[in-house]
Amino acid sequence: MSMTTILQHCLTGISLGGAYALIAIGYTLVYGILRLINFAHGDIFMMAGYFMIFALTSFPWPIAILITLVVTTLMGIGIERAAYKPLRSAPRMSIMISAIGVSYLLQNLSTYLFTAIPRGYPEIPFLKKIFQMGELSASFVTILTPILTIILVVILMILVNKTKTGMAMRAVSKDFETAKLMGININRVISVTFAIGSFLAGVGSILYFTDRMSVTPFSGTLPGLKCFVAAVFGGIGNIPGAVVGGFFIGIVETLLVALGYSTFSDAFTFFLLIVMLLVRPTGLFGEKTVEKV
Amino acid sequence: MKKLTVCLLVFLLASSVLFAAGGTEQKSGVKEVVIGVFEPLTGENGGGGYQEVLGMRYANKVYPTVKINGETYNVRLVEADNKSDKTEAVTAAQSLISSGASVILGSYGSGVSIAAGDIFLDNKVPAIGASCTNPQVTLGNDYYYRVCFLDPFQGTVMANYAWQEGAKKAAVITQLGDDYSSGLGNFFSRAFQGLGGSVVSEQRFQTNTTDFKSILTNIKAANPDVIFAPSSIATAPLIIKQARELGITAKIMAGDTWENSSIIENAGISAEGVVLSTFFDDADPATAEAAKFIEGFKKYLVENKQPDIIPAVSALGYDAYITALKAIELANSTKGPAIRDALAKVDLEGVTGRIVFDANGDANKDMAFIKVVENGQFKFLKTVSVM
Repeated sequence: MSMTTILQHCLTGISLGGAYALIAIGYTLVYGILRLINFAHGDIFMMAGYFMIFALTSFPWPIAILITLVVTTLMGIGIERAAYKPLRSAPRMSIMISAIGVSYLLQNLSTYLFTAIPRGYPEIPFLKKIFQMGELSASFVTILTPILTIILVVILMILVNKTKTGMAMRAVSKDFETAKLMGININRVISVTFAIGSFLAGVGSILYFTDRMSVTPFSGTLPGLKCFVAAVFGGIGNIPGAVVGGFFIGIVETLLVALGYSTFSDAFTFFLLIVMLLVRPTGLFGEKTVEKV
Repeated sequence: MKKLTVCLLVFLLASSVLFAAGGTEQKSGVKEVVIGVFEPLTGENGGGGYQEVLGMRYANKVYPTVKINGETYNVRLVEADNKSDKTEAVTAAQSLISSGASVILGSYGSGVSIAAGDIFLDNKVPAIGASCTNPQVTLGNDYYYRVCFLDPFQGTVMANYAWQEGAKKAAVITQLGDDYSSGLGNFFSRAFQGLGGSVVSEQRFQTNTTDFKSILTNIKAANPDVIFAPSSIATAPLIIKQARELGITAKIMAGDTWENSSIIENAGISAEGVVLSTFFDDADPATAEAAKFIEGFKKYLVENKQPDIIPAVSALGYDAYITALKAIELANSTKGPAIRDALAKVDLEGVTGRIVFDANGDANKDMAFIKVVENGQFKFLKTVSVM
């Protein structure tokens, strides 16, 4: 394998990893606050793809991107209000089942509304500009994805660690009941969490689909599952962990395919999940939690 | 209060089942024969499956009745979604059998057809495949027939075409676990090597892959003259666009599945020059039935909010339906074994040409249409027949 080929593979892997990282953050944030694995997250990502397709047919791209992000964020909050909030005092399993229900609802609703025929993802000219660096060839979005991911993560870390909302989020994730007693508006914090998660899924969706160009009602399933693994790998509940996990899975997957082992590329991801749960259930960066009585 | 609501909900749900069941009750006086439609409406082949179903529904609209022993029977289509999934296919097939289907049509996608084949065989209900091209579908199954050509033929046609165009090195991309894709890719490789060409790179990908950059990077390094990538409609635009993005200039070719306007729509300018083989050309109706079909079906497509370009699979769906009707008429019965025996004797002019079955249950089709994408449309290039 020549040097250029290797570099080209690395570029692809890092770019894929960036998009995975953005989605994985959504899983990790919600888990951190609610101890809920939001199985509908992958489908929110898929819906964002459809929103973009429709927004771009009637608006120029800057406005279309804005609309997509706003609508996706609102949808995330809406789903939480409708499907998770009424179950707040129910056993954790009920809310998880509700999440699976929402996931299937979104998939089938979009099959009904948009049919299963793949829709072409519109091209945003400046993102699709192809760069030639010697023998390497990549579109701008491939290079932009990892950079934008890092920038967004830094902003998110500042938000969580330095602002009042962030402090409330950390408090809620430490102890739900006590935070409530301290006068923190739990519902607001949860809404903010879902808003951030869905917003990042929206950004990830634009980057991911611009590079892969077609959306079907099932496009969110596999990336969703892989990002869930990424979140577990990094230590679910831990933001930098999710980012590292996302990049790791993206790069390893690309390399496996590059080496001709595409048969095992998906299997690897889920094998990683099993090994991680057996060896280090709290993930790479997860804290050891003490079960409280 | 809460209990009352629950009771009410349960009652409503239960009664909805009753209503649903009431819908399938036969109207008195009119006899009917049930034809099962075994197609994917969801999943990765949902788009193509829907187009094939449209052809069948349209045929049902044109020929809504069949005469058995001088009596007119209404033909009722019962559709079951096999979800492009081999496990679901078995369930869907069983549901069609239990709904009393006399003949089954489908499916788009060879894998699901193979998976369900044994169920049709065990229950002695004949099935007529429309566009499933893998040899395994009918091989060793007395109850499976098909109206299209086979992959060994299709693979040979494309290999010949590539060779005649001066290609010496080919790369093949196939989908893991997909009988259509891996079968056709294999037949192409064999035929191409038989002609003296070499296959410089063989790449495989997982179902639902959307990122082909790594395998395409490997292909780019091997520098082939043509890339043969038989795959689903969902995959096609991704492979085409990502190949062009990586600066691959080789000619991209594929099989019958790619003749679908959504590919051009999604791949845009990158789709220019893509070559594929298919069953049917609407600019050149082969039979009188075809001329009639093209006119009526275009209107039907518009009614169903589809682009008015006739997909070849719709034409095959139509042919599968009229073949089934012909067999029922010949058999003078709605019983599976009788219809199966009649199928062996069918000889009719369909939309995609004459339909006569060989001992294996495959239609004797020896002609493929090669088309190329030009100015955003499928343009007929030439017909190829292989002895």
